[in-house]
Amino acid sequence: MARVVVDVMLKPEILDPQGQAVANALPRLGVNDVASVRIGRRVEIDFAGDADLERAREIADKLLANPVIEDYEIRVVEAA
Amino acid sequence: MSKIGVVTFPGSLDDGDAARAARISGAEVVRLWHADPDLHGVDAVVLPGGFSYGDYLRCGAIARFAPVMETIADAARGGMPVLGICNGFQILCEAHLLPGALTRNQHLHFRNRDQWLRMENSSTAWTSHFTEGQEILIPVKNGEGCYVADQRTLDELEAGGQIVARYIRGNPNGSVRDIAAIRNEAGNVLGIMPHPEHAVEALTGPSLDGLGFFSSVLKHLADAKAAA
Repeated sequence: MARVVVDVMLKPEILDPQGQAVANALPRLGVNDVASVRIGRRVEIDFAGDADLERAREIADKLLANPVIEDYEIRVVEAA
Repeated sequence: MSKIGVVTFPGSLDDGDAARAARISGAEVVRLWHADPDLHGVDAVVLPGGFSYGDYLRCGAIARFAPVMETIADAARGGMPVLGICNGFQILCEAHLLPGALTRNQHLHFRNRDQWLRMENSSTAWTSHFTEGQEILIPVKNGEGCYVADQRTLDELEAGGQIVARYIRGNPNGSVRDIAAIRNEAGNVLGIMPHPEHAVEALTGPSLDGLGFFSSVLKHLADAKAAA
């Protein structure tokens, strides 16, 4: 089995209110030196055979990310 | 009599109200099922509000690939009137039938209230019965209704008269430029975040302003038939 990881993040110019809410909570933990927090999504795709990056890219582009508001990065990792 | 199709996805909530609104306005209503690509001869389609496929991944992202949506996307590109309300608007954006995207409300809270809108464009299949500048009151209820698009797209929407309605007296979700509804270039596809189908009867709605969307499309369809 081969695993491909897709990291999906909101584009930098898109407001991330979830990340902001987390950043705003940090002072309550005594953390005051964080400038910003942004939250994304990690997707793990396990191929039955070899890792197919081309296919993974298609999956990411058509379904996992909305290219209007999100960027994604793809990499092959060793499956655990 | 013109036929308006109302799609039900797993997780749709407002399909019943949308069908009721279309019926009250004088349409013959045809209920469409997400897994059936056949549009059963309808003249227009409503994609209702709710949480299609649980809104997993992103709102509307999975519904976009429903068999019925492939047919609707082709029909919409061919000029069939399509109205996406709330989740339906999200689906239209995910399907690239409308530009931009709908994201988490800026303040992270679900908003449910009666909302004033200013109608800004009457040249769509769904809004010809409104006058430009008319203020209407219909319910809004969403958690991910914050409309976003890049500056160039927003400027194009403004220049092309594609911003159909804006929030007034308070923006409920942080949408850029107070956008509540947009149309495609041709004017047959309309996406709106608030809910016209909940404002069609005095007993349950804050107004009857929602009827205008349905009566507009019926007029549009009747005119098209008369011209044919």
